[in-house]
Amino acid sequence: MDNILLTIVLSPLLAAIIAGLAGKQIGRKGAHTVTILGVAISCALSLYVLKAQLIDGMPVYNETVYQWMSVGGINMEVGFLVDRLTALMMSVVTFVSLMVHIYTIGYMHDDPGYQRFFSYISLFTFSMLMLVMSNNFLQLFFGWEAVGVVSYLLIGFWYTRPTAIFANLKAFLVNRVGDFGFILGIAAIVLYTGSLDYFDAFVAGADIAGATINIVGDSQWSLLTVACIGLFVGAMGKSAQVPLHVWLPDSMEGPTPISALIHAATMVTAGVFMVARMSPLFEFSETALTFVLVIGATTALFTGFLGLVQNDIKRVVAYSTLSQLGYMTVALGASAYAAGIFHLMTHAFFKALLFLAAGSVIIALHHEQDMRKMGGLKKYMPITYWTSLAGSLALIGFPGTAGFFSKDALIEAVGHSGIAGSGYAYYCVLAGVLITALYSFRMFFLVFHGKERIDEDARHHLHESPWVVTLPLVMLAIPSLIIGWPTIGPLLFGDFFGDAIYVLPVHDVLGQLGADYHGPVAFLQHGLQSPVLYLALAGVVIAWYLYLRNPLAAQAIKDRFAVIHRLLDNKYYLDNFNEQVIARASRLIGMGLWRGGDGALIDGVLVDGTANLIGRIAGIVRRVQTGYLYHYAFAMVIGLCVLVGWLIW
Amino acid sequence: MLTLTHFLMLSGVLFAISIAGIFINRKNMILLLMCIELLLLSVNFNFIAFSRYLGDINGQVFVFFILTVAAAEAAIGLAILVVLFRTRSSINVQDINSMKG
Repeated sequence: MDNILLTIVLSPLLAAIIAGLAGKQIGRKGAHTVTILGVAISCALSLYVLKAQLIDGMPVYNETVYQWMSVGGINMEVGFLVDRLTALMMSVVTFVSLMVHIYTIGYMHDDPGYQRFFSYISLFTFSMLMLVMSNNFLQLFFGWEAVGVVSYLLIGFWYTRPTAIFANLKAFLVNRVGDFGFILGIAAIVLYTGSLDYFDAFVAGADIAGATINIVGDSQWSLLTVACIGLFVGAMGKSAQVPLHVWLPDSMEGPTPISALIHAATMVTAGVFMVARMSPLFEFSETALTFVLVIGATTALFTGFLGLVQNDIKRVVAYSTLSQLGYMTVALGASAYAAGIFHLMTHAFFKALLFLAAGSVIIALHHEQDMRKMGGLKKYMPITYWTSLAGSLALIGFPGTAGFFSKDALIEAVGHSGIAGSGYAYYCVLAGVLITALYSFRMFFLVFHGKERIDEDARHHLHESPWVVTLPLVMLAIPSLIIGWPTIGPLLFGDFFGDAIYVLPVHDVLGQLGADYHGPVAFLQHGLQSPVLYLALAGVVIAWYLYLRNPLAAQAIKDRFAVIHRLLDNKYYLDNFNEQVIARASRLIGMGLWRGGDGALIDGVLVDGTANLIGRIAGIVRRVQTGYLYHYAFAMVIGLCVLVGWLIW
Repeated sequence: MLTLTHFLMLSGVLFAISIAGIFINRKNMILLLMCIELLLLSVNFNFIAFSRYLGDINGQVFVFFILTVAAAEAAIGLAILVVLFRTRSSINVQDINSMKG
């Protein structure tokens, strides 16, 4: 098993190194062959591990592979923890990554940075695998930072565009804010357990719950709450939760394949995965769970609104990603970790699909991303059309699709939850369903139906994308539609996760749901009676009316509620706030430190000051040196007299 | 009868004269060298006086060493003086202050 796991992790890394360093020598074809091969090996072996876990009943693998160093009794190691949660994540990550690799051949066809791009996405796969397979906090942190770095590189892939550079710096800085909380959370746990290993922390979970620490003044804070909120702040950065979500829409500056890979399917789910992995800790802190729940609910609803007013096709999908991440976070906060991971998995498929479909439209229209210049593409791009429809239906939770099972179960679970804030969260996620359907089908109708608003020039070249683009679309559309059927039972209500996810009996909302669960068909019938479905359908109908039937109504509503439209168009002014207040204050502090600390204190007082002081003293002392021999002789004799006099005395 | 005290006094007077010569003389470099020579001689005087007084011949041996060294030193000093005169055409002590800080 050692070798298999190492191969899974290292083959994308090796491929990334080859494609990155020897890109010129092996050429374009070599670069995509080697990276696809690397990821394909990784994907096949991940599926094998998943099978071994599920069918062959392989025990949980938890071994240290390499010890990096041991400092003050803390072992810093590289190790793998492979249980069913990890195996599932590994399979999802490598599968989506493989699809994106294949898709990239078509999407980046004419790009001069072809090899570089393949190298980056393979490196990303490696980082993400390190993150999910880790068995200790150090490696988790390494993977966490590594995906951050690769995401920085990929958002700024077209580094000659000022907007891309701005976006990647923004993503990096916002993630730094989250990572600050993350490392504090890890530190709090290490402080108590003295070990970086997951299991040491998990075993101590119940004990830590009682421990308190002093942070400000004499007030005692629960150590576990502080640690969990710290960890979750990290997840807020990486999984783009309000108010640290601002980087994700801007990250659409990168090429579309990475939007699908990183900003929909894998990296942004790292936070969700991490919280689920830390469930033995989060379970013991109700305060932290409430915090998670409220942040998630706010994200789920309020970023959905923003998706309604966007005109850039990728940005709509980006805001829908934010909203869906909010859903997953809500599930975590309601202690329905399995539902969060289930939604993560289904979302990975249909969101990657939607992004890749958007990318397919974008290349067909020669990199036009404005939805106002699309429309009526159905007849030109049938495969993209049908796969998009599958993705959109899954996204809104149409009965029978993967999204239906995960979202419905998730909302039910939140409804059953008794944690403080769950009432608010329940209404947020319910309203979110309507909004999700509205913006998804607004996009769908604007792009594929209605009047053609395409440039004459582009229309001539308009045709379906090549097979390397459509194959991943179809490969992703299939799980988007059907993966819910076989997986809902074991994943949510069975013991799929075993000990990987720990839920206190008090919080066990999925257990309560499970009592009424009688197979996917019954679940489907039950879904027909819940408001969720009707909210989603209402959203579709409204979208149809506003954007196909009566486009003037949309304009009228926009004019009528101009204030709200402006608020949404400016993203609640959060970007402006960040730039004008936080960024400006930071720059002022930086300027102050530079001028005051560096310029005045270090340069002025310490460095130049030392030199000046020596110069001034020397200026006084040099007067003694007249250069006249008799003065020196006089000094010598006087000195001699004093010395002899002192000795004789 | 000449006692040790007389010799020491003579030596002290010679020493003082040569020191004064170094301080007071501000013109001639050669005088400076002569004063240094006189300093050494006054010290030699002390050595011989004590050697005789204590009946220890070692003191007189040292005098020979000192004389030898003084002669070598005078030779070097004069040689430097000649070179100095060639380059600066002056042996005035007050002109030689290039060591000024």
